[in-house]
This record gives sequence, structure tokens and C-alpha cells, in this order.
Amino acid sequence: MNPIVLQILFAAISLFVILNWGLILGGITARIQARVQGRIGIPVWQGYIDIIKNYFQRTSISHGIMFYLGPIFRVAGGVGTYMFIPAIFGSVLFSNFHFAGDVILVMYFVFFGQLGMALGAGESGHPYSAIGVSRGLAQMTAFEVPFALSVIALAAQYHTLSITDIVAAQQGGFVHWTLFTNPFAVIAGVISLLGMNMHNPFSVVIAPQEIPIGPPTEYHSSFLALLQTNRAIFNIAKLVLFMNLFFGGATTIWGMLIKTFSLYMVTIFVGVSFPRFRVDQSIRFFLRVPTVIGLAAVVFAILVF
Amino acid sequence: MSEAKIVRPDEREDKVGDGREAVGRAIRLANLDLPEADRELYCDARPQAVKPYNGILEKFANWARANSLWILGFGTGCGAIELRPLMTSRFDMYRYGIQPRPTPRQSGVFIIGGYASVKTLKRIVRSYEQMQNPKFVLALGSCTINGGMYWDSYNTINRLDHYIPVDVYIAGCMPRPEALIAGFNKLKEIIRAGKGEGANKYAENFDWYKANQKKVIRDWNMPDYNW
Repeated sequence: MNPIVLQILFAAISLFVILNWGLILGGITARIQARVQGRIGIPVWQGYIDIIKNYFQRTSISHGIMFYLGPIFRVAGGVGTYMFIPAIFGSVLFSNFHFAGDVILVMYFVFFGQLGMALGAGESGHPYSAIGVSRGLAQMTAFEVPFALSVIALAAQYHTLSITDIVAAQQGGFVHWTLFTNPFAVIAGVISLLGMNMHNPFSVVIAPQEIPIGPPTEYHSSFLALLQTNRAIFNIAKLVLFMNLFFGGATTIWGMLIKTFSLYMVTIFVGVSFPRFRVDQSIRFFLRVPTVIGLAAVVFAILVF
Repeated sequence: MSEAKIVRPDEREDKVGDGREAVGRAIRLANLDLPEADRELYCDARPQAVKPYNGILEKFANWARANSLWILGFGTGCGAIELRPLMTSRFDMYRYGIQPRPTPRQSGVFIIGGYASVKTLKRIVRSYEQMQNPKFVLALGSCTINGGMYWDSYNTINRLDHYIPVDVYIAGCMPRPEALIAGFNKLKEIIRAGKGEGANKYAENFDWYKANQKKVIRDWNMPDYNW
């Protein structure tokens, strides 16, 4: 078979696996959060049923062409992020479309979806969407600073911008992980991951009960189903990226599942423990300690490696 | 000192003359003052009934609908107080696939929590119309059935299904969360049997519902239909 056709086929299979893992992980974490609150919680497969129901809604209305394109940009952002990250080190099936400078492209794709969503939600004309979008973009700008600094530190440390090379450099036992060779970069990166995942204390963007649900206030039916599908893919794509950058990547699918699960539990643990920041508080938070730690990571990487 | 002149709605000079009058009052649509280009922001097109899918596809869709009930977080009366224990750890409705949703666009189930005053009815109608087909209504408490203790009140409606189609009534004052869960189970049966067609019923009998609504809502300043 033509190698590029084979690669596309493999990428589709890996995307399918990631989609299912994302939906199940969503169910598991909802269960865990429910146990923290003393409830039993939704069935683990509830995410599937919600998406099926939303695709089967009989009517949907559009507010214009950008409104229509918003969820499509979001899905393009989610799928695009995942498509350029090698999910399992050394596996042909899960290597996706990685290339020499993929970490820069992935950093772009992480934020692409949110920008597209901002345009789409803006056209819905709902005031709460506009508030959610402005909050989301402001917070995004803030957590991008420590994240970019920690990626710069990694580039300086490993002398490469390729995720595969960064993972390859961390092989040979857990003491080679970035977690132990450059802990500053990991601290700055994981704190910005908390912001990206938008659980508490950084949940002010969608803030249910306050501004009903932020940017997707007007999205419904199959638009919403598309956003939910993307959420499952995008969540795992971010976790796989952070696993590759900081925690030695994964060489088997079980390693990948365990590492992404553990990494997501950091977000959940912080989320159930802390109340919500206001948006000005979260911006100040990201621009203070995590940014200083990120700068320390860059200096550390330049001086030591 | 000049005397302030009181203008009754039907004497106003900007009164609409396009035949949209009902029960002797002028109706001003919310989009009338807007420039032509912005009028479509408020739709006043009629809702259309949508035919269900055929056979097994509709059965599958109904199974999904029954197991994923998103309720609109809009407490319309005192009965809304029963929704808090329902969603917290004592009764935990999430177990049954029932989740609250903050906007009418995304929700499928509207719980009318008890008495509906005329002022609230206006919001109920707007919210109900913004929900997408298929949508279901759960009427909670005796007040929605015959007015309950408010049956002779000057400002509440007596029978909810004259204004929007109702799928399940839950009698009581107040019904406890257990009764509400029983109502949800009944609603699930109705949906699985393919009988939860309230949205289509509303579209097919649109004129009747609108006439009833306009009979009680005196200051009708909203679009005739806003999806």
C-alpha cells in the first residue's frame, strides 16, 4: 500500500482510540468527582449517550456562517493538535504525522481552536458568549507565558524542536525524564496545563451558574455534539503532549493510558480542592510565580546543559 | 405645569397595523424598531413539525434521548426548591442520566416548578420556544394541573397544558424528589415508546397555543415565535 495512505489509515485508527479513551476518561473523572461530593455520579458511558442524543436532535438553528464554522475550527484545532504528536514512542500505528519542528506547530494548534471558537461564539450575539470569550482569551494569553517558557527551556535542554527527539532523549529509566532533569520546566508546564484544562480554580471561562456556560451558550444539537467530540480528543491530545515533553513519553499503549490518566488526576485533584479564581486573579497568578519558575527553567537549561 | 398624557397601548400612534392584533391590543414585535438588516436577529417564523425517523433509527434515537435528559436550570416557581436535593448527594439524579443545563438551547426537559404566574409564563413560553425539538415538559405540583391553592388567583394560570404541551404531571404540594424521580421514569417510558412528541404537537396546534397565551399575557411585547 502507498505509505501515505497507510499513514492516514493509521492516524485515523489512533484518532479513534484517542476519542474513545477521551470519552471514557471523561466518564471516569466525573465519577471520581461525584465520589468526592458523596454522590454516585453519571454512568461511565454517559458521554457517548449525550453525544448520540445531540446528533439526533431534530432541529438546529444557525446565526450565520462564522457561528457554523466555530465548532469546525474547534474540531480542527483538537484533531490538528493530536495529529502532530507521536502518541507512543517507537510505534508505527501511533506515530501520527510527526516531523522535525512539530512542537512549535502543536503549540499553535493548542490555541487555534479557541480562537476559531471565539469568532463563532461572537457571532451568536449572546452577551454571555462574548464575556466567556473575552475571559477565555485573556486567561489563555496568561497561561501561554509559562507554557512557552517551559517549551523554550526544553528546546534549549535537548537542542531540538521535535517531540520524538525530546521523548528519545528521556528514554532509559525515569531519572532521565524532564521531571528529574529540569523540574522547573515541569512545574511551570503543569501549572499552565491546569489553566488549559479549565477545571477549578481556572474554570471562570465557562463558569456554569454564573455566565451560563460561556462561549458555547448558543451552541446546541449537532454543533454541541461536535464540541463534545472535540473535548474528548483535545483533552487527551494535551495530556499526550505533556506526557511526551515532561514524563518520558510512552512506549506501550498501557503506559500511555496510565500516564495520561495520572496526569489528568493532577487537574482533578486541584479542581476538587480549590474554589474558582476570578479572571483577573488567574491572570495575575499565571504572570507571577509560574512565569518566574519558567524563566528559572530556561536559565537552568542554558547553564546546565 | 404641563399635564402628563397617559397613552393606552391601543391608542399609541406607532401601533402596528399589519394584522398582528390580538384580543384588542396592539402587539409590538421586538424586532420592529431595528433596521431592516438586523430584523432577522429576532425570528418570528412559525415552528415546523419534524417527522420522526423510520423504524430502528428512531428507536435508537429515543433510547439515547431517554438516557440523556438535560433539564433546563430555570426555577419557575416554589417547586424549584425540590431540584436541589434531587441533584445533590441525597438523591443524585446524575445516576439516571439526568443533568442540569444552563441554557434553553442545550436542554431537552423543562421542569415547571409549581405555580406559573402570568409574568413567569411569558418567560416560560420564550424559554420553551428556544429549546430544540424534541423537547419534553415535566409539570411539577398541583398548581400546574388545576391551579392548586392558587386556583382563583388573579395572576396565575390554572392549567399549564393550555399554554405549552405537557408530557408528565407530578401531583402534590410539594411532590418530594422521589416523586420527581418517578416522574422522570415515566417520562423515559414515554420517550422510549416514541410518544414524547410535545414539540411537534406545539408546532401543529400553534395557533391554538398562541391564542391561549395571548389571552392571559396582557403586555405581549415579544416576537410571535423565537425558535
